Formats: sequence, C-alpha cells, structure tokens
Amino acid sequence: MNQNKKNLNLFYTLSGLTFICLILNLPIKLTLFNHTFYRPDFNFKLGSLQIKPNTDLKYGLDLAGGASLIYNVDTSSAKTSDLASALESLKINIERRINLFGVSESSVKLNKQGQDNRLIVELPGVTNINDAIDLIGQTASLKFMGIVELPPEATATATFDDVFKDIGLNGSHLVKALPVPNPNTGAMEVSLEFNQEGSKLFEKATKNYLNKRIAILLDDQVITSPTVSSIIPDGKAVINGSFDIKSAKSLSAQLNAGALPLSIKLLSQSQVGASLGKDSIDKGVRAGLVGLGLVALFMVGNYGYLGFISVISLAIYSLLSITIYRLFSITLTFPGIVGFILSIGMAVDSNILIFERMKEEVRAGKPWNLAMELGFGKAWDSIKDANTCTIITTLILFNPFNWQFLNSSGMLRGFAVTLLLGILIGMFTGVVVTRNLLRVLASRKKI
Amino acid sequence: MNIMKFRPLFLIISLSLIATSIFSIVKWNFSFSKDFTGGSTYELKLPNTKDDSSINKIFSDNKIDIRSIIKSDNIYTVKFVDITQDQKIKFDTEFKKLDKDTEILQFSSVGPSLGQELIRKTIFAILLSSFALLSFIGYRFSDLSFGTGAILAMFHDSFILIGVFSLFGHFFGAQLDALFVTALLTTLSASVHDTVVTFDRIRELRRKHASLPWVQLANQAVSEVIVRSINNSMTIIFMLLALVLLGGSTTRWFATALLVGVISGTYSSTAVAIPLVLLFKKKK
Repeated sequence: MNQNKKNLNLFYTLSGLTFICLILNLPIKLTLFNHTFYRPDFNFKLGSLQIKPNTDLKYGLDLAGGASLIYNVDTSSAKTSDLASALESLKINIERRINLFGVSESSVKLNKQGQDNRLIVELPGVTNINDAIDLIGQTASLKFMGIVELPPEATATATFDDVFKDIGLNGSHLVKALPVPNPNTGAMEVSLEFNQEGSKLFEKATKNYLNKRIAILLDDQVITSPTVSSIIPDGKAVINGSFDIKSAKSLSAQLNAGALPLSIKLLSQSQVGASLGKDSIDKGVRAGLVGLGLVALFMVGNYGYLGFISVISLAIYSLLSITIYRLFSITLTFPGIVGFILSIGMAVDSNILIFERMKEEVRAGKPWNLAMELGFGKAWDSIKDANTCTIITTLILFNPFNWQFLNSSGMLRGFAVTLLLGILIGMFTGVVVTRNLLRVLASRKKI
Repeated sequence: MNIMKFRPLFLIISLSLIATSIFSIVKWNFSFSKDFTGGSTYELKLPNTKDDSSINKIFSDNKIDIRSIIKSDNIYTVKFVDITQDQKIKFDTEFKKLDKDTEILQFSSVGPSLGQELIRKTIFAILLSSFALLSFIGYRFSDLSFGTGAILAMFHDSFILIGVFSLFGHFFGAQLDALFVTALLTTLSASVHDTVVTFDRIRELRRKHASLPWVQLANQAVSEVIVRSINNSMTIIFMLLALVLLGGSTTRWFATALLVGVISGTYSSTAVAIPLVLLFKKKK
C-alpha cells in the first residue's frame, strides 16, 4: 500500500513537472478562438541568481545568421610583462568598436593557443559583415597634425612634411570619440576626449593653430581637417562639419580604432545569412518530427501498450530537454539539433532493453508485475554501461575545462552538449518516468 | 538460433569491407575539407543566373582556382583556396554585378594554420577517447579475450567509416571535416556500447551455465539480445535517416557518417566482437 502511495506521489510530481515544462514552452503570445493569451512572466531572483524561465531558445550563429571571426594577435611589439594588459585593452577596444557598430549579444573572447593569441569575435545577426571586418581590423595609427597653409604656387611641389607639422598628439592620447548631436542645432558632431598629457598637447596645438586647421590622420590618410575656432584647455573637443548619424558614427569608430594597442590579422571567418539559418531550423525541426513519428510508430507496432507508454515518456523527454536548453541558455547550433535528434533515438534504447527483458521474464512464466520490476532491475546494468561510453566521448568533444590541446569550436560543442544532456535526461525518463507510468497506469494490464 | 554458424560469412563480409576501404583509401585517398587544409566556400543564391560559366569566369579573371562548384536550383556552392578580406569584398561586388538579386547565403574562409591546429586537436581527441574507452573496457572486462574483441570491433567500425568516406568522397564529393571527426568519435562509443551489452549477456549466461561451451553461450546470448540490438539501432536509424533526407545540406554528411557508424557498430558487436572472443577462447 505504502509503495502504491509513493508511486502515485511520484506520478503527480512528474505530471506537475511536465505541466510546468509545457507552460514554459508555450509561445509568448497565443491567439486561440479570438482570444489572445499571454504567457505569464516567470522570471524571478533567487539570491543573486537570476532565473529566467522566460528566456527564448538561444541559437548559434549558424542558425541565427551572423559572423564569426578569428584573429591572430601580433604580440611581437609588446613586452612580456605588459602582454596581459595589452591583450585586455585590445579586447576592450574591439568591444567598443563593435558596440559602435550596434550589434546586440556580440562577444569578443581571447583564446591562447600555444604561443599564439587568438581573438574570437562573434557577431550574431550582422548583415554587412564586410563593414564590420573593416571596422574591427583597422590597424590604424591615429595622428593629429597641424596644417601649414601654403601659397597656391607652392602646393604642386610641396611634400608631406611641408604641409603637415607634427604636434606630438596621437591615438594613444585619445580616451574616446563619440558621435553626439549638437545641443543647439541638433546637427551631428563627433566629440573627442583626451587624457591629461593629450589635453596639454591639445591646448598648445589649439593655441598655435588658432583659426588654422588641424588634420586628423588615420594611417597617414587625412580623414578630416577641422578649423580650430578657439583654444581648448580641458581636453574636450568637438569636430563639426556636415555629418549625418552614419558618418558621425563611422568617424568616431575610426578615431577609436586608432587606439589599438596590438595589431591583429584575420585568420578565418564564417558568415551565415539569416535566411539560411531559418531554413536550417525549419528542416531540422521537420526531420526531427518525422523521425519522432517513425520511432513512435515503430515502438507502438512492436510493443503495443508498452510502446505507447514509452512514446509518452519520449514526449516528456523532448519537453524536458527543450526546457533545460531554455533555462540554462544553451546555444543551439545545427550540429546541436543533430545531437538532440540522435539522442531521441538513443533515449528509446533504455526502454527497448527493459521491454525485451520483461518479455523474457513473462515467457519464463513470471506474473506481469514481477516481470516488469525484474525487467527494470536487470536492464539497469546494461543501460548504465552502454551510456557510460557515450558520456565519455561527449565529454571529450565538449572539452569542459577548455584544454588547449582539444577543440573548443562552437559546432562540436553544440553537438556534444545536446547529446550529453540527451543521454542524462534519457536515462531519467527511460527508467524513472517509464517505470512510474507503468506502475501507475498499467499495473493491471497484460503484456 | 545458431547464429555463430555464419561466422565464415561474417568474416567474408568484414574482410571485403576492409579490403574495399583499403583499396579506396590507397587509390582515391580522402577529400579533406577546408577545415583541415584551409580554403574558402561561398554559398550563393543567384536567382537570375542560368549556369555556372559566368561564376567560373569571375574566379578565373581574378586568377583564383576553383576546387569545386555545385549547383542545386539557383544555389551555387563554390569551394576554392583561402582568400584575403580585400579579395572577398571584390568578389562580393562582382557577384552583385553579375546578378542584382544575389544573396550570399554563406561564406567562410579558413587560413592554413588553423587547419593544422585542427589536425593536431583531432588526433589528440581520437587518442584520448580511444584511451578512455580502452580503460573503460579494461575495467569492465578483466578477461583479456573480451577486452581485445571489443577493441578490435571498435577499430573495425572506425576503419570502415573512414573507408566509406574515402569512397563517398570519390563518388559523391563527401569531405572529411571537423564534423566527420565528431561522427567518428561518436561511432567509437556507439560501437563499444553495443558490444558491452552483448558481452554482458554472455558473461551472465556463463555464470549460470559454466559447463556449456562458449559457442553455445554466444549463440544463446546473441539470440537473446539481437532483437534489442536491432530494434535500438532501428530507432536511431529512423532519426538519422530523417536527417539525411530532410535535414539541411550543412549536416547531411555528418548525419550520413553517424548512420554508417551506427549500422557498422550494430553489425560488428555480433559479427566481429563475438567471433573474435570465440577465436581467443578456442586457442586457450
């Protein structure tokens, strides 16, 4: 009796869990019979931990579209002692450039490979990748130079040094450049902010070149040459001209670019158009559903009522998996979808092992209930062993400790993580859920 | 069910599969993807372009050799050496000029140094997982005959998978890439996993009927687990087949490799691992 009660309790717990998963996976907005339902907000805080069950599935670059860029960092110019800080400042600089480009959820990561330092930039949802690469990759040296106005007859023979006079101010003095609208006219301007040393140099330069022009050169190319209209002592200046939002943004990005502490070289890039990603998701979902349907038919055809129970636990399995992807914001890639689909096929394995064992026990003349319990008990060893192998391999593929000598690419990890989760969840649903369903629902049935 | 009487047949099948693999690897080698060799791939949608001659021209004008170009509907997949960003921008504009509705579905380029890094990491991953699986087999089966049988069956499966991909590479343009390595590692574990279940059954029977000859034990064990083994593979095969036929082109070969691995793994646990164990037991 006591045992029965325990089973019922577990059954209700599992049903509750399934119900919660079902709710969490509902679309945010659902229109049914002319009524629009909104999914309630489940986000909550547990201490310092933000729990966000409302998070949507997170797609990798191959599904969401976007670009992934791998750069090699040239560290030959940096001293070993400064290397760590130089790399960190490089990362911050590139992050700033990307932010100016306006990409949400972008990421910049440093990755050490033996002697090489890599910079991995991920830009989900970017469509004009060439511009992004341009912006990131500019190994620009930024200089501020005074312009000597020459009489027209001398310009033809003038050299660079005749026209541009070094005032000692360069990119390392610039703290930041920002596109800002003029508070009075609303026209776009680019604001500059120098550090202390730069402010002094700039004050001196604006004194010397008052009412003359100062050129801003990026890689010895003049990008703009504003006229100095007043002496500026506080290291803050604005460049005004005929900017629109786009050109102001682009100029400030270029100015910020001047401050790159180490030069970088593009090693590899991969870009995926958004339409291809969407197509991949659709195809993956379709393949998954067709496969799931075939497996369901096969199981019911082969094992009848037992098969039906295993299909129910398979459905719970799928629901649980997707909920876990959401809760832990696991990035889904296309190989990840393959891993999930493969794990569905594998999840049934524990049920097949159990059912075959049950059949044997029934054939040996045991009563059905006993056969069921024996089947589960005997199959458990095989299930454990069989899954250990796959867990070993997925761990090596996933490389949880980021070992340098193993791969850490998003594609392989996407596959490994869904397969690993699939096996663990599959063992739970295949054994705990199926057994409970059988105990509660089928206790009086014959095989 | 006296399945062990088919041992000569299994031997012929396995030997001919291995021979075909060796033949194909020696004669046609492999087609390595740019993941390993470095290179670039464009996937372009050119709605108003009839054939690939104009694309070929763009590449030859820029003195870039095309490795392969595949057309399906109005989507062209072009593979070639790795190019610089400046060259890429030039190509982008030339495609736009060729067809104003050009859509770049996908572009990727890998430098040769990254390829070498991947080869290194791949070898490490294969060594590490073989070592881990070997330790697991050693731990589960202190009996050397069983351990060796499982390991040889595992190598049998991986070798056949590699051979099949050499063959597919020659006839259908399949390439060895990072995902293939993933499939290979998954095959290693799937192969061991299936063998372990069968071996467990033999040992269980052995405890009950210690006096029976090994062949009889093996037959009994196989007839008890073969339904499970086939049914389980069927469900995985259904899922993978759906992916091969309906999934996107990006992972078609990945799913194919997994499919080959699963089929071979199921076959080898009965047809390779057990006959080997019987062979070792007979010698003793």
